[in-house]
Order: sequence, then structure tokens, then C-alpha cells
Amino acid sequence: MKLLTHNMLTSHVKGVKNGFPLRILARKVEVRQIDFNPNFITRMIPRIDWSVLRAAAENLGHGQGLPESPPEEYESQEDFLKSAHHVLMEVEVLEGDLECPESGRKFPVTEGIPNMLLREDEV
Amino acid sequence: MARRPEHRGPPELFYNEDESRKYTVNSRMIQIQMQMAERALELLALPDDQPSYILDVGCGSGLSGEVLSEAGHCWVGVDISRHMLAVAQEREVEGDLFLHDMGEGLGFRAGTFDGVISVSALQWLCNADRKTQHPPKRLHSFFSSLYACMARGAKAVFQFYPENPDQMELITQQAMRAGFTGGVVIDYPNSTRAKKIFLCLFSGGAPSSLPKALGVDAVEGSREDQASFIGARRSLKRKGRGRVPIKSREWILEKKERAKRQGMTYVKLNSKYTGRKRKPRF
Repeated sequence: MKLLTHNMLTSHVKGVKNGFPLRILARKVEVRQIDFNPNFITRMIPRIDWSVLRAAAENLGHGQGLPESPPEEYESQEDFLKSAHHVLMEVEVLEGDLECPESGRKFPVTEGIPNMLLREDEV
Repeated sequence: MARRPEHRGPPELFYNEDESRKYTVNSRMIQIQMQMAERALELLALPDDQPSYILDVGCGSGLSGEVLSEAGHCWVGVDISRHMLAVAQEREVEGDLFLHDMGEGLGFRAGTFDGVISVSALQWLCNADRKTQHPPKRLHSFFSSLYACMARGAKAVFQFYPENPDQMELITQQAMRAGFTGGVVIDYPNSTRAKKIFLCLFSGGAPSSLPKALGVDAVEGSREDQASFIGARRSLKRKGRGRVPIKSREWILEKKERAKRQGMTYVKLNSKYTGRKRKPRF
């Protein structure tokens, strides 16, 4: 699971009001090379909750070089876009758990695929 | 055995290792899936030269995702079958994968996706495999959570196989109730084989017009404010009396016209020689 997706993911357990952000309890993290697409990153930056992304990256030990908040006119700053690309697209959680901040429900991640299936009483 | 896969059992059990394997080795299945994904992407009508963030519902082995990657988009796939996702992972698809039941509602933040596609998945929601599952409720939680996670003005295109008109009505009704506008586009409506049903939904924004279906040029001139069963009446009258003789020129032209309507590609062009008798050799 990429951190970009983690930034969009919320818990959908019944009764949870604010299931964002899910806490990452990672056991295995991998960095995979992906082609840099500045166009796409620029488009995604306004949609991203930056503080959540930073916290998640630091939690995984890949938070170096990330500013407090996206700089103004980030479209033209390639260094910033590259570091954002690295954190968003290349850092992947392979094994671990995602924990709902409200209910404490854990969603296991195996081989990079989070299991978001709910039990019958949670739907 | 039941003909429709939905009748055989729940999707997480139907798409087992054997069934999933077919999606890597069976070239016909792969071709059909890719074609439908391409058509769905075409119907999505995303702006060119702009990489988008797309959700693939029922991504399976990631064939439709490959089409998205080729078009330069980034995607996230959800599927309920572990085995299908394992196949997707084997193929090293680019998108992020989730094991997720769409009937439980999607857990994504508001305004995340620029578009949603789904190939042959929606009809699974019309079946209740467990006592606690209630299809209208599951469709409702799916569509309402989908509406929430789509960006304003985004489109969703679902290719699906409704079992009967009731299912089609149930699905469209639940989609409209969740706030979507849009409707159904049917490619090659006159053919049983080539016919493909696409549900195109728009979220928010100005309601744009539905895209045009393929292979429907023959049924032009029907007006929406009038009853459209005149053709049926005419054909009733023609039966028996006015029928053209078999193997005549008219009969051949009619047959070719019908084949064309059904989306057949091998239909030869008409010429002055069409349906003409050969002259005797001796």
C-alpha cells in the first residue's frame, strides 16, 4: 500500500464518525522505484492532508526532507515534487496493520494488500 | 449447473485459484476484459494529457488496471477475491490493491477520485449470499459511499450483466437515490452476443449528456415524447402476407442489414451484383 492511498483511506466500520487517519503499524516497508510524473503529483498535492502524510512518513522512517507544509508555488519546485513523489508513490507498506483511530479495529496488511473486509456486526 | 456465475456462490468463493488462473492464460477472456475496460475508459471521457486518480471497483486480476496504466493514469483497485488479487500481484500491476467488499461501503475520503470504472462486477451486488445481506441496502451503501469519494463532476462507468430488467431497475434506482445523474448506455443493442451494458453516472456539476452507444445507427428517428412501438406494429402486419421471397435481392439486403445492426464485421458492401443470378454456363 502506497502512502498516497493511505492518505485517502478512512475506516468504514459502522458507527465510526471520523475514521481518518488510520494508524500504520508497519512490520515491513519497501521502497519501489516508480517513474516520476510531476504533472500527477502537482494535481494530487491539494487533495492530500499534508500533516497526515508527514506523520505517516516519519512513522515509517522516510520523513527526511519533507517541509512542514507544501511551499507556495510548489508546481515549479522540482526538488519538493521529487521528495513528495518518493514519499507518496515509492514507499510501500508490505506487512503490518492499519488501526482505526476511533474503534481501534485493526485491518491487517499482507503482501501489500490491506484486508478491509468487515465482520457482519460491523457493517 | 447454473449458467450465471452469480448463482453458483459468493464471489469470494467463485473466483478461486482455478477461476483466477483463467484470467492469466485464457486469451479470449483477457481480450474481452481489456476491450470492455477500454470502452469504459472511453465513456469516462477524461481530459486528455492529464493524469487522473481512478478507482477500479472489482479490479480482479488487474486487466482493466493495465488499460488505465497504459493511458497514464494512477489507479486504486478493490476486489473481494483474494485469489484474483494474488494474480494481480503476480502480474505486478501498478495500482494499489485492496481486499474489500463493495457492498459494505467504500472507505475513502471525500472528493478523492477523478473517475471510477468497473468491469463485470456490479451484478454481484444483486445477490444475497448470506442471511444478513440485503441487496438494495448493499447497493445503497455502495453508491452513497461512492458518491462521497468522487470529486465534483467526476464520472463513474460500470459495465455489468444484469440478469433481468428488475435488476437493472434496482441498480439504476439505487444509484439515482444516492444522488447520481446519468443512465444506461447499451452498445450493440440488437445483438445478443455483442451487446454490452454500461451504467454511466455523473456526480454533481452540470449534468452532461449521456455518451452515444455503439451500433445503434439503425434505430434513428425515434422521438422521446412519442410511443416508439410503431416498428413492432409494422412487423406484425408484414408477417405472412408481405414477406419477401427467400434468396431474393430484398431478402439478402435485409439479412445483411440485420447483421450490420448486430455489429458483425464481415458484412460485405452492397453492389449491383448483390443477389443477382449467375448466368448459365452451358
